[in-house]
Amino acid sequence: MSRPTPLREVHESLGATLTDFAGWLMPLRYGSESAEHNAVRQAAGLFDLSHMGEIHVTGPGAAAALDFALVGHLSALAPGRARYTMICAEDGGVLDDLIVYRLAPETFMVVANASNYPMVARELTERAAGYEAAVEDRSETYALIAVQGPRSAEILARVTDADLAGLKYYAGLPGAVAGSDALIARTGYTGEDGFELFVAAADAVPLWRALSEAGEPYGLRPAGLSARDTLRLEAGMPLYGNELTREITPFEAGLGRVVRFDKPGDFVGRAALEARAKEEPRRRLTGLAALGRRVPRHGYPVVLRDGGEVVGEVTSGAPSQTLGRPIAMAYVDAAATGALAVDIRGNHEPVEIVDLPFYRRSS
Amino acid sequence: MSTYPEDLQYTKEHEWIAGLDESTTVTVGITEYAAEQLGDVVFVQTPEVGSTISAGDAVGEVESTKSVSDIYAPVSGEVVEVNQAVVDDPSLVNSDPYGEGWMFKVRVSDEEPADLLTAEEYAALTSGES
Repeated sequence: MSRPTPLREVHESLGATLTDFAGWLMPLRYGSESAEHNAVRQAAGLFDLSHMGEIHVTGPGAAAALDFALVGHLSALAPGRARYTMICAEDGGVLDDLIVYRLAPETFMVVANASNYPMVARELTERAAGYEAAVEDRSETYALIAVQGPRSAEILARVTDADLAGLKYYAGLPGAVAGSDALIARTGYTGEDGFELFVAAADAVPLWRALSEAGEPYGLRPAGLSARDTLRLEAGMPLYGNELTREITPFEAGLGRVVRFDKPGDFVGRAALEARAKEEPRRRLTGLAALGRRVPRHGYPVVLRDGGEVVGEVTSGAPSQTLGRPIAMAYVDAAATGALAVDIRGNHEPVEIVDLPFYRRSS
Repeated sequence: MSTYPEDLQYTKEHEWIAGLDESTTVTVGITEYAAEQLGDVVFVQTPEVGSTISAGDAVGEVESTKSVSDIYAPVSGEVVEVNQAVVDDPSLVNSDPYGEGWMFKVRVSDEEPADLLTAEEYAALTSGES
């Protein structure tokens, strides 16, 4: 049985199609997922992300422990700021991608993917041994609600007195939202401006209701995982299990910048990643846009249009509302030359290489 | 909530068939239940006009944002017309699955179609699935 989030009854009352995702019962869509996608691009969307994991790392040695455990330079992170980073294995393979918030000088919150956070909590506990730091998986205590889209700041301002104008991208501050204590973070996974609100699980329903009401005049609508996936794909953001896996290092994914060799001291994966950084990746994460209307999907082979030799594999693909045609991310051999196609159930459908991200918001 | 028009017949693969009792040419589409399960339909491939199809064969495809499904021939016969409008605008499958969203017409060969369901039987089938 999938675990429900604190918002399950709200989703059911909204007529959501619920689906199992990483062991959680999550809203896939409430109505038309295209309309939800477009609402986030043009107005705002409301998401339940309570399946994500929240792990607190605290103590005088917390910053040093995270510098050792993760590939990023977390001791350099200013309190109140957040950073996108990864936890890698000794051989450089990606175990998960993370957002780390420094809530206070000695308090960090590591946000991990639903499918990975118990493992991340175990790894962090092991890696923090020997540091003056405590690791605590607090995922059960949190609900996470996101408001994403160009109108999200106006909507949130109706239910909080917090200084949103002063809150930069990848920053977070504690504040009251609709009467609930929250960590208000200006982060997201949609390619739009937006906020993620970490609250006590018991506050999830009243917060959702307050945001729904405040957002109604702005065109806010609830959005499910289907829209979340197409939004992040257009924004060129990786999904763990698709673009990022245990077999891939950050360099193949085009995210070598998150590996901070310039930080002091050793970290898990350093030796393997240094070796990998020196060589050209054999395959690269590549953006593809289809010339036809069939959708390249996860796992489909990328082939040479001429001859049909397999030169890669699609990691994520979907029809793009914003571009008006199917798009995909794929790992493609760096040595492959010539026009590409995707083997869509036996038919070689032509695609062209396009720059990532597919979509970048104006402003 | 899905609707199940009484005057149609249905398959376990979520197609509907119209006109089987009145005519040798029937109209085929996918059910409202199927459309709801798929989500927004973005691509429809119909069989070709003039092709001969056999009941149970995969003869087309319906793609949505999240998935792709085969369309199965509910009857055997010759395809005599396809709905170009639904090929051009696949969202018709979601907005009007039993009307504008029809997919193709078949001149039924004289074999007896097997395993078709009444509206009541099909409704019972889908209530067990959801």
